[in-house]
Amino acid sequence: MPHAYIGRLLYVDLTTGAQRIEPLNLDYARKFIGGKGLAARYLFDILKPGTDPLSPENVFIIMTGPLTGTLAPASAKYCVVTKSPLTNIWLDTHAGGYFGPELKYAGLDGAIITGRAKEPVYLYIEDGTAQIRDAKGLWGKTTSETDTAIKEELGDKMAIVMCIGPAGEKLVKIANISSCYRQHGRGGAGAVMGSKNLKAVAVRGSGGVTVAYPEEFLKACHVVTRKHIFEDPNAEFGIKWGSPSILWWTQESGTLPTRNYQDGQFEGVPKIDADAVLSITIKRHACFQCPICCSNYVAVPSGPYAGTKVDGPEYETLTFLGADLGIDRLDAIAKAHLLCDELGLDAMSAGATIAFAMECYERGILTPKETEGIELNFGNPEALMAMIEKIGKREGLGDILAEGSARAAKIIGKGSERYAVHVKGLEVAAYDPRGSPAMGLAYATADRGGCHLRGWPIGVEAMGSTGSYWMGPALEIDRWGTKNKAQLVINGQNQYYAKFSLEICDFGLWENAPMSYLLWTATGFNEYKDVKAFVLAGERIVNMIRVINVREGVTAKDDTLPTRMFEDPVKTGPAKGHVVKREDFKKMLSDFYALRGWDAEGRPIAKKLEELDMKDITRKLPWLKPSEKR
Amino acid sequence: MQKALIVNLDSCTGCGLCQLACSFEKTREFSPTNSRITLSVWPKTAEFVPVVCHQCDPAPCMKACQVPGAMTRDPKTNAVIINPAECINCGVCVTACPYGGIGLDKKKVVFKCDLCGGEPKCVDVCPPKAIIWARPDVASNVIKRISAEKLRAASKRPIK
Repeated sequence: MPHAYIGRLLYVDLTTGAQRIEPLNLDYARKFIGGKGLAARYLFDILKPGTDPLSPENVFIIMTGPLTGTLAPASAKYCVVTKSPLTNIWLDTHAGGYFGPELKYAGLDGAIITGRAKEPVYLYIEDGTAQIRDAKGLWGKTTSETDTAIKEELGDKMAIVMCIGPAGEKLVKIANISSCYRQHGRGGAGAVMGSKNLKAVAVRGSGGVTVAYPEEFLKACHVVTRKHIFEDPNAEFGIKWGSPSILWWTQESGTLPTRNYQDGQFEGVPKIDADAVLSITIKRHACFQCPICCSNYVAVPSGPYAGTKVDGPEYETLTFLGADLGIDRLDAIAKAHLLCDELGLDAMSAGATIAFAMECYERGILTPKETEGIELNFGNPEALMAMIEKIGKREGLGDILAEGSARAAKIIGKGSERYAVHVKGLEVAAYDPRGSPAMGLAYATADRGGCHLRGWPIGVEAMGSTGSYWMGPALEIDRWGTKNKAQLVINGQNQYYAKFSLEICDFGLWENAPMSYLLWTATGFNEYKDVKAFVLAGERIVNMIRVINVREGVTAKDDTLPTRMFEDPVKTGPAKGHVVKREDFKKMLSDFYALRGWDAEGRPIAKKLEELDMKDITRKLPWLKPSEKR
Repeated sequence: MQKALIVNLDSCTGCGLCQLACSFEKTREFSPTNSRITLSVWPKTAEFVPVVCHQCDPAPCMKACQVPGAMTRDPKTNAVIINPAECINCGVCVTACPYGGIGLDKKKVVFKCDLCGGEPKCVDVCPPKAIIWARPDVASNVIKRISAEKLRAASKRPIK
């Protein structure tokens, strides 16, 4: 039995009900670490290019990392990997909580689910065996109702449940998966579960995880927790406030999306900032095995939304259910957050899509006729609640917005495309690239579309992050220039892709060396004794996923930003008057391709793939010459 | 001086690192099932309760145990110790414990907290220091102070 990994994967075909356990491919594990990297390697083998994401043929992968379930700090994450119905390309979406560790204790590294059940079902995994169980009675239930009902049915209060809400059932393309009150938010993975008639996966395990070098690993966990979390000033924000404190940094740097990215600062920040969130926090809630404990469980004490209790809101929801909608009421944000969680909607994409609709309404593109009388103005919390319900249930205008902002704009037309702020169909996250050009490059080249967690250059570029960890060796960076920006993004990406394969949380660790050390001592893969191998694995995973995306039709022209970022200047704050200059962007992107070893179309070339020890996949790549294929 | 292990429920964040450190110390495996300290979670309402052996004195488990020498008290730590050579793994102590402080593993072997010989591993890894390991009077005073702070907050007249 391998160390750190369990060594077993569950395969389930929901169409036939057939299931089997196969040994984990340890060569894949060694090269692709775990989590997203490992799932990418499997997806490349199994997913037929051009598959309709909502068809039975789409592949739905659940994957843990080698550190999941161990004492390693902030490593309880696991991911869902599939082809996104929102973007039609690669999707990985991660969640913390308790599910990942429990899956490993149940004797599995992951599960690969295909097909479509005839009727609603859920999967129950208990100590290495899986049952497909009837979920007809669960269909239509919200996420917390589903969680409770499954625990009752199983007669096991300790079962850990990941499930979809009504939004996923109705194939809302921005539907998320709720995992024990944490969320796989982005990219519509909930709709993929819905399309498979898979309401939930419940898991219970009594096993354990071993490591290759127990004494070294144990010591490393203690040292890393102390040195890189408790004694690192850059980690303080998570411990003290959680992610809401990021609102102060984006406000100060003028990169806070406000009123559908029309501005970069929001006057209502003091009413919704971290201090405001902590004032209504009744409990801090950690994910399993996490010493940081960034989550704030809040209770709204008074007003129209009194009694609302929810785990959150965090930075992205404060922005997309707050600032980006011109809403400065924390009680309303908490309520909207809870609604999204219960219906099973990605609060980021839902908020951003409603922001798009609000701008359309204020510009007269949408009228009270389409909104069925809802006054869809910025700053109107009642309109927000109503629209979330409509999207989650696909009613009225909600049926169009349920497609996400990019498709909704195409349906609505009338020039609304200009107000849909997305990259490759995924709504851009809450860091305005007009105040951080490298962030623009990171969005444009991120694997799943407009995501902020694929390199986070804005910290160095615009927020004065002092650590060298974002970029490896120190690079000379000028906020508004293009010099070194491609390298900054590449260093960030390589780290993030490796980190999210290790399934360490974004807030967990930011230096390659301790991550590589934990990986080495846990798995016994001795090459990771050298941190260079860890960075190289990150690069390998970047290329693996790029290959998948190219195979799905992504080209250089898709690696771009929404028109607004190039043409509409920020109105206030330090980024006032700034856009991402088209010539700057072009320069950064061509630098990026060159440094990545990709051709002008953004395709990995044979030499690069060989360098990364991925010769074995070259024969499947149509853009390579026959002589380059193995 | 003997110390006591006391849990401050208000501070617990539900991270479960205590279980991982404990099970690793005792079994070289990270496995909450085999941890001597057991975390129960109510994730919907963000409530968490770590269940631990309180090393009662006199101890109901010791009273219930009918096997001579199977359960003894460690004079150094005052912990109730299971002696595998004598223990018949009947599980009567599990039944007798009012707090769920004793476990049976998959092979029906009894296990319980032995305070790691005076250096409990769960204490070191607890990030919010919710597991207090101190002289008994000091530990209970910490809990008293926490209760006092709640009363203070609830009071209409803030104390200056």
